[in-house]
Amino acid sequence: MAADTLFQRITDYANRADPYPLYAELRENGVARQDDGSYLVGTYHEIAALLHDPRISSDRRQRTVPDGAAGTDEGVPPSFIGLDDPEHHRLRGMAMRSFGPPHTPDRIDGMHEDITRIVRDLLAGLADKERIDVVDDFAYPLPVTVICRLLGVPAEDEPRFREWSDAIVAGFDPTPDEDPAERQRAGTEARKTMALYLGDLAERRRGHPSGDMLSAFVNDAGPEGQLTPLETMATGVLLLIAGHETTVNLITNGMLTLLRHPDALARLRREPELMPLAVEELLRFEPPVQMLPQRTPLADIEVAGRTIPKGSPLILMLAAGNRDPQRFADADRFDPAREDNQHLGFGSGVHSCFGAPLARLETQIALHELIRHLDTPRLIEDPPEYRRSPVLRGPRHLLIGRG
Amino acid sequence: MLGEPRADRIVIVGASLAGLRAAETLRAEGFTGSLTLIGDETHPPYDRPPLSKQVLLGKVAADRTGLPQRRRLDADWRLGVRAGGLDPVGKRVLLDDGADVPFDRLLIATGTRARPWPHPDEAALDGVFTLRTSGDAAALAARLDAGPRRVLVIGAGFTGSEIASACRERGLEVTVAERGPAPLVGALGGTLGELAAKLQRAHGVDLRCGVTVTALEGDGRLTGAQFSDGTRIDADIAVIALGAVRNTEWLAESGLAAGPRGVTCDAGCRAFDMYGIVTDDIFAAGDVARFPHPLFEYQLLSLEHWGNAVAQAEVAAHNMVSPGPRRRPHLTVPAFWSSQFGLNIKSVGVPTFSDQVVIAQGSLKDARLVAVYGYRGRVTAAVSVNQARSLDYYRHLIETAAPFPPAPGAADQRESPVPVPSDVPDPKLLSHGPTVALTGHLPDRRLTVVQPAR
Ligand SMILES: Cc1cc2nc3c(=O)[nH]c(=O)nc-3n(C[C@H](O)[C@H](O)[C@H](O)COP(=O)(O)OP(=O)(O)OC[C@H]3O[C@@H](n4cnc5c(N)ncnc54)[C@H](O)[C@@H]3O)c2cc1C
Ligand code: HEM
Repeated sequence: MAADTLFQRITDYANRADPYPLYAELRENGVARQDDGSYLVGTYHEIAALLHDPRISSDRRQRTVPDGAAGTDEGVPPSFIGLDDPEHHRLRGMAMRSFGPPHTPDRIDGMHEDITRIVRDLLAGLADKERIDVVDDFAYPLPVTVICRLLGVPAEDEPRFREWSDAIVAGFDPTPDEDPAERQRAGTEARKTMALYLGDLAERRRGHPSGDMLSAFVNDAGPEGQLTPLETMATGVLLLIAGHETTVNLITNGMLTLLRHPDALARLRREPELMPLAVEELLRFEPPVQMLPQRTPLADIEVAGRTIPKGSPLILMLAAGNRDPQRFADADRFDPAREDNQHLGFGSGVHSCFGAPLARLETQIALHELIRHLDTPRLIEDPPEYRRSPVLRGPRHLLIGRG
Repeated sequence: MLGEPRADRIVIVGASLAGLRAAETLRAEGFTGSLTLIGDETHPPYDRPPLSKQVLLGKVAADRTGLPQRRRLDADWRLGVRAGGLDPVGKRVLLDDGADVPFDRLLIATGTRARPWPHPDEAALDGVFTLRTSGDAAALAARLDAGPRRVLVIGAGFTGSEIASACRERGLEVTVAERGPAPLVGALGGTLGELAAKLQRAHGVDLRCGVTVTALEGDGRLTGAQFSDGTRIDADIAVIALGAVRNTEWLAESGLAAGPRGVTCDAGCRAFDMYGIVTDDIFAAGDVARFPHPLFEYQLLSLEHWGNAVAQAEVAAHNMVSPGPRRRPHLTVPAFWSSQFGLNIKSVGVPTFSDQVVIAQGSLKDARLVAVYGYRGRVTAAVSVNQARSLDYYRHLIETAAPFPPAPGAADQRESPVPVPSDVPDPKLLSHGPTVALTGHLPDRRLTVVQPAR
C-alpha cells in the first residue's frame, strides 16, 4: 500500500492491537510524507538524531500547516512539554526542584515503601476474585494513587479528573477521523477545568505547605523564582496527565507480554533481579507512548536523504524506532535480559521523560508483586480490547483468570 | 578459526583506564590466551576525573574511585612494578625489578603524568603539589581540610580551573596564575576563555592572567610566590597544573616512534617504528597514543580525554585479536567534559582545530550555550555550557563535515548569530583540499567518504 496513507492506517483503531507490521513498512519507506503535509519518521537513528536536533521545536505554534490543537487554549498557556528552551528549561527546572536531584534527590527512592504498600493493598483486595481486570483492578489505581500523593490531589476526586483526563487525551489524539475539531474543543475545555481545579488546590496550600509538589510550587522559590499561578496550573495538568495515562499502559502491556511469553515469565519468577532489565525491554517492545506527534522543524531539514520543509508537522514513531533491526539485534524478539537497550520509550534529548525514575520504580514493583501474587495466570482474551488512542496505546481491559 | 590470533600471550603495560578497558574487550571478544597487566601504581585501576572534583570537595575519598571491572578478566596483574624497557626483537617487556615478560602482542597504555615544576628545589617545598594520582589527590585533599590561608594554582587549564573551583566551593582563598590571556583559552579559544575568566572572578578567584610565577618561596615550607609582573603573594599551598608529560621514556631504546609527544600509531592503533613503518604486534591506546584522524585532515591527535581512552582501547583490543580485514579504525569524534564554577562543560570535536566560533544556542549572558567551531567553512567542534543535550546533533555535523556557520534555526536561538575569530593557537595551515566525512552508526560499518572541495 502507498506510504502516504501510513498514518491513517496506523491510527486506524482496527490496527491498534498490532501496529508493528505497519511500523516495519514505515521503516522501509524511510521518511514518509502523508498527503496532509505531515512527515513520519520511524527509523531509530533518525529519530534519535531528531530528538537531539536543536532545530526541532516542540511548540505546535511553530507549524505553518494549520493545526487545530495549537493556540486554542486561551487562558491556560502550554506546559513545558510543548515549549522550547529557554522557557522549557526554566519551567522544567522549577518543577524538578521538588521532584528529583539535585534539590530533592530522595523523593522517588523514598516512595519505594509507599508504592509497595499500595501495590500489596490492591492485590490483597483481589484475593477472592477468580477473574481480574489488570487495568481497572490494578494497573490504573496504582499510578493514580501515586501521582495524587505526589502532587497533593485528593484521591476521592479521581472520578472527576478521570473524565477530564479522558477528554484531554482524546483531544490530542491525532487520528484523522471523525470530527477532530469537536474532540479538540472538548479537550481544551477539560484542560481548562482541570487547570482551575489544580490551581485552586495549590492556592489553598499557599502558606500551608503539606510536603507535596503543589505545595512546593506555591511556597518554595529557587534562584529562578516561583512558578506563576498560570504556570502552576499548566505544570500541574501536565504532571497529573503524564502520571495518569502512561504507567498504566506499561504495567498492563507488561503483564500481557509476560503472559504471551511464558518462558520470560518463568525466568522472572526464578530471577527477580532481572526485573529492571525486563522493564526496560518492555519500554522498548511495547512502549506506552508510541509516537511523539507534536514536533515541528524550524528550518528545512534533511532526514535520510529527504527534505522536510520548515513548519511541517513531524511525527516521530518511537515504537517503530524501538523495533529497528539497524539498532537492535533480533528487534522483534522480547528478551527480558537484553543488555544493549537504549530504547526510545521515554523519548530522548531535552524533553526526555521527567517522570522516568518514578515510572520505572512503580512498574518494577507492580510487576514483581503481581507475578508473585498470581500462581498460574491465564489470558482470557487475546488480543484484549484496546484504548482508542494510538499515541498512548494500551489495553482498555486485560482480563486474566487464576489457573 | 585458523589464523585468528585468539590464544597466545598478550601483555598490557599501563594498568589504568585504557589498560583495563582493553583487557575487558579482549576477553569479551573471545581471547582465551594469557593476559598480563603491568602497572607501576600499586592500586588496581581507578578513575581520575573525580580526583579534581568530588575528591577535592571531600565528597568522595581518594581511594574510592576504583573503576568497576565489568567482567572476570582472568589476568595476571603485576602491580607496583614499572616497565623499564622493551625488546622488540625478543618480544619482551623488561621490568625494573629485573624480570622480563614475553609477549606475542603488546598494548602500550602508559598514559601521562603531571608536568613537574621546573625548579626541583622549589618543587620539593612542603605545600607544593601536582595532581594526577589518587595519592596526589589524597594528600592535597588532606591539606585543604586543614584550612590553608591561600591556595595558589599555577596554570588555568581544565585541571587547574577545576582545582580552583573546588577550593572556592570550600571557601578557601585562591589565586590562579595563567600565562595566557584567560583560563581554558588554550583548549576553547577566546570567547569561552573570557566567559571562564568572568565566572572565576565572580566566584571570588584572584585570577591573574598574562603573568607567570617566577619563584616559589619558602624555607622547607612554602610561604609565597613571586610573579613576572613584580608582585608577590603569601600562599601555603601551590598546585602545579601545567599539563601532562607522556610516559614514553621506557620506550627510548625500543625503536618505536615514541617521544615527548607520545607513541605514534595508525588509525588501527598499531604503533609505528622510528622509520615510520607500522608494527603488527605492538599497539597503543589512551593518553599516551598519537593517532591520525581523518576528520581533522589526518593530523596526529594526542588527546587526554577519558572517552578517547575507552574508545581507543576498545579498538586496539579488537584489532589485536582480529585478522587484517576485520580490523577497525579508531574514528570516534573526540569528546570530553569538565565541571567547574557551577558550569557543566562538554566538548565534541577539536575546538583548537578552528578559525571561527559562533554562539549557536543560548547566550553567554546566561552562561548556558552551545558554541560551534569552524575551520575553513566546515564545522569541527562544539562546546556546550550547561546545555549538553544537543551535542549529538553537533557531533553529526562534525562527522559529516557540515558547512560552518551552521544554518540558523535552533529552537532557542531565533536571531542569526555572527561568527567571530576563535582565537585559538592557529591550526597548522593546510592546503584547501577535499574534506573527509564519516558515515554509518555501527562500529563495523563506519566508513569515511571523501567530499569534493567546496
Ligand atoms: C585530575 C584529573 C581530572 C581529569 N578530568 C577529566 C575530565 O573531566 N574529563 C575527561 O575527559 N578526562 C579527564 N581526565 C583525563 C583522564 O583521566 C585520562 O584521559 C585517562 O586517565 C587516560 O587513561 P590512560 O589509561 O590512557 O592513562 P593513565 O590514566 O594516565 O594511566 C596510565 C597508567 O600507566 C602507568 N604507567 C606509566 N608508565 C608506566 C611504566 N613504565 N610501567 C608501568 N606502568 C606505567 C601509570 O602509572 C598509570 O597508572 C582527568 C585527568 C586527571 C588527572
Ligand atoms: C511508563 C510511563 C511513562 C512513559 C512511557 C513516559 C514517556 C514519556 C515520553 C516519551 C516523553 C517525551 C515527550 C516528548 O519528547 O515530547 C515524556 C515526557 C514527560 N513525562 Fe513521561 N512517561 C511516563 C511516565 C511519566 C510520569 C509518571 C510522569 C510524572 C511524574 C511523567 C512526566 C513527564 C513530563 C513532565 C514530560 C515532559 C518533559 C519535558 O518536556 O521536558 N512521565 N514521557
